[in-house]
Amino acid sequence: MKKLLTSATVAAALTLGTQAVNAADQVKIGFITTLTTGAASIGKDQENAVNLALEHIDNTMGGKPVELIMADDGFKPEVGKQATDKLVKQDDVDFVAGYIWSHVLLASRKSVLDSGKFLISANAGPSPVAGKLCHENFFSTSWQNDQTPMAMGETLNKKGVKSLYVMAPNYAAGKDMVAGVERTFKGEIVGKDLTKWGKDAQLDFSAELAKAKASGAEGIFVFYPGKAAGAFIKQYEQAGLKDSLPLYTVFTIDSLSLPKLKEGGMKSVLGSSMTQFWSPDLDVPANNKFVADFREKYGNYPSFYAAQAYDSIMLIKSAVDSVDGNLDDMDGMRAAMQKADFPSIRGEFSYGNNHMPIQNFYSRTVVEDEDGNWTTQIDQVVLENHQDVYASECTL
Amino acid sequence: METSILFIQLLNGLQLGILLFLLSAGLTLTFGIMDFVNLAHGALYMLGAFFCATLTLYTGSFILAVLLAIPLTALAGFILEKLVVQHLYDRDHLDHVLATFGLILCIDTMVHIIWGPEGMAIPLPDFLNSQVELLPGIVFPTFRLLIIAIGLIAAAGLYILVNHTRLGMLIRAGASNRTMVGALGVDIRTLFSGVFALGAALAGLAGMLIAPITEASIGMGSDIIITTFVVIIIGGVGSMKGAFLAALIIGLIDTFGRSFLDDIFKLVMSSEAAETAAPAVSAMLIYILMAVILAFRPQGLFPPLTR
Repeated sequence: MKKLLTSATVAAALTLGTQAVNAADQVKIGFITTLTTGAASIGKDQENAVNLALEHIDNTMGGKPVELIMADDGFKPEVGKQATDKLVKQDDVDFVAGYIWSHVLLASRKSVLDSGKFLISANAGPSPVAGKLCHENFFSTSWQNDQTPMAMGETLNKKGVKSLYVMAPNYAAGKDMVAGVERTFKGEIVGKDLTKWGKDAQLDFSAELAKAKASGAEGIFVFYPGKAAGAFIKQYEQAGLKDSLPLYTVFTIDSLSLPKLKEGGMKSVLGSSMTQFWSPDLDVPANNKFVADFREKYGNYPSFYAAQAYDSIMLIKSAVDSVDGNLDDMDGMRAAMQKADFPSIRGEFSYGNNHMPIQNFYSRTVVEDEDGNWTTQIDQVVLENHQDVYASECTL
Repeated sequence: METSILFIQLLNGLQLGILLFLLSAGLTLTFGIMDFVNLAHGALYMLGAFFCATLTLYTGSFILAVLLAIPLTALAGFILEKLVVQHLYDRDHLDHVLATFGLILCIDTMVHIIWGPEGMAIPLPDFLNSQVELLPGIVFPTFRLLIIAIGLIAAAGLYILVNHTRLGMLIRAGASNRTMVGALGVDIRTLFSGVFALGAALAGLAGMLIAPITEASIGMGSDIIITTFVVIIIGGVGSMKGAFLAALIIGLIDTFGRSFLDDIFKLVMSSEAAETAAPAVSAMLIYILMAVILAFRPQGLFPPLTR
C-alpha cells in the first residue's frame, strides 16, 4: 500500500514537473470575449486589438514567446464561466484577460482568482469587484462602471440640463450606469426604464420612447452597448426626438456602431454628447500609434473595447518584463502592475487600492471627420484623476 | 396628456402584436396544420431581414428590396422543406425539434460567414423615416403605422386564402387527413412544400419589417421564436384566428406592462422597490398569462373548431 502511494506521488510530481517546464517556456494568456451572437463584433474588435498589441511587442514578454488562447463567452454568464474554467484548469494559462460583460465577469472571477492566477478585465467593471469583492490578483484596464455615467452627470450639470429621462438594460452594468448618473446629476430624474437584457434582449423601445417623450424631460440618458445601440438610435431618430429630447449616452455610440449609423443615415447622433476615459483623438504617443496602426491594418477606427484590450496586453507585458519572465514570481508581477508603468493609450494613470485605474474622464461629441467618417472628438476633461466610489469598501 | 400616451402605447402594442402575428401565422401553418414543430422558423425571419438589407444596399430602395426579398425567403423555405423538413413529417415531435434546432445553428453560422458578425442596418427612405400627427398632440412614427397596415393586409389575405379558396380547402383537408387527400389525387407533398414556403415568406416579411427598427442581426430569430410559440399556445394551436387575437393580446400586454407597471407598482410599494420589481415582472407577464391559460383552458383561447 505504501509503495503504491509513493509511486502515485512520484507520478503526480512528475506530471506537475513537466507541466511546470512546459508552462515556463512561454507566457500563456487566455482572452475571453464574445465571438458569437450579435455582440461578436465587439469581440472581433478586441481580438484585432490583442493581435495588434502582440505584433507591436513582437509576441515576446520577458524574453519568452506569448501563446494567446481566445475563448468565447457566448454573451452568457454560464458559458463564460465554462470557458474560464477550461482556460484555468485545462490550458493552465498564466493570465486570464478580457470580459466585456459585467455579469460574465462576476460569474467567472472566482474560477480565476481561486486558482491563484491574474485576472485582467479589459472592459467590465461591476461595482462588487471594485468594492467588497476586490482581489489582489484582479486588475482592470478599463474603469468601474459608475465612473463614466458620473462624468455624464457632471456634463449635464455643466450644460444646465434640469430634468432627465434614464434608460438602460436590466443587468449589473445597466444598474451601475443608472446609479452613476444619479450620483452626480443635480437635476430631477423624471422617468426611468430598465429593459430586458441577455440573449433575448428587448430591442424595440417604442413604449419607452413614448413615455420619455411624454415625460417632458430636457434630455435622455441611455446606456445600450452592442447591437442594442443601433436599434435604440434608429428608433430615437424615427420617433423624431432629436430636437425635443437631446441624447446623452455612455458606451452606446462607439466606433463599432458609428459606421452602421452612418450607413443607415441616422444623422440625429451627430452632435450628441457622451463621456469616456479615452477617445480615438486623445493626443498621447501610445494612442496615436495604436489608432494609426489599427486603422491601417483593419480599416476602421478602434472602439474603446479594442483600446482596453490593447492596454491589457501591455499591462501584462509590463508585469512579465519586470520579473524577466519568471512567471512564478507572482508578488513581483503584482507589484509591477500596481505601478501602471507602461505606455497606456489613455496616457499616464495610476492604480487605486482596488486595482481600478485612477484616470481622467472626458466629454466627447459625435462629429464627422475630414474623410467623412463619423467619430468622436474630445471637448474637455470632466473628471480629473477620478477614483471610483467603491474603492473605500475594498480592504486591500 | 394621459390619454394621448395611452393611445400611443395602444398603437405601439398593436404594432408589436401585428409583427408577432406575421411570425405566428407561419408557425400556425406548419405546426398547427402540418403538425410539424419548426424551431427554425425564427431563422427564416432572420434570413428575410438579411436578404432585405442586402437588396436595399444594392437597389437603393427599401420597398423594392422587400418585394424582391419576399419570394427569395419563400424560395429559401421551399428549398429547406425539400432538403430537410420533408423527411421529418412521419417522425415524432422530438425529432422535429432536434432537426430544426440543428438548422438554426447551421443558418446562424452561415449568416455569420456570409454577412459577418456585426449585423446590418437598413436605411429607410425619408418619407418612412418621419412621423405623422394622427390627432393633435399625437405623433407616431410613419414606419410603425406601415407595419400595422401591412400586417392587417396580410392577415386579411391569409383569412381569405385559408377559408375561402380551393387551395385553403386543400390545406385544411390535408391537415385533417393526409392519406385521404392524397388518395383523391391531390399532390400533397407539393402542397405542403408550398405551405411551408408561404410560412417562410410571412416570417421573412416580419423580419424585413422589424429590421429597419432593430437592425438585422444573428440570433434575432431565436430571440423572438419563444414569444411566437407563446402566441400560438395562448391562441390555440392550429387556429389562425387564435394566432391573430393572441398576438394582439400579447403585443398589448407586453407594451402596457413595460409602460405602466412601474407606475402601478408605485401605488402599493416604495418607488425603489417598484423600479426593481416592475422590469422583472413586465418581462414575465406574457409567460404568466400562458401559465394561467394552460392551467384553466389548455386548448387555448380560440382553438380550431374541427380537430
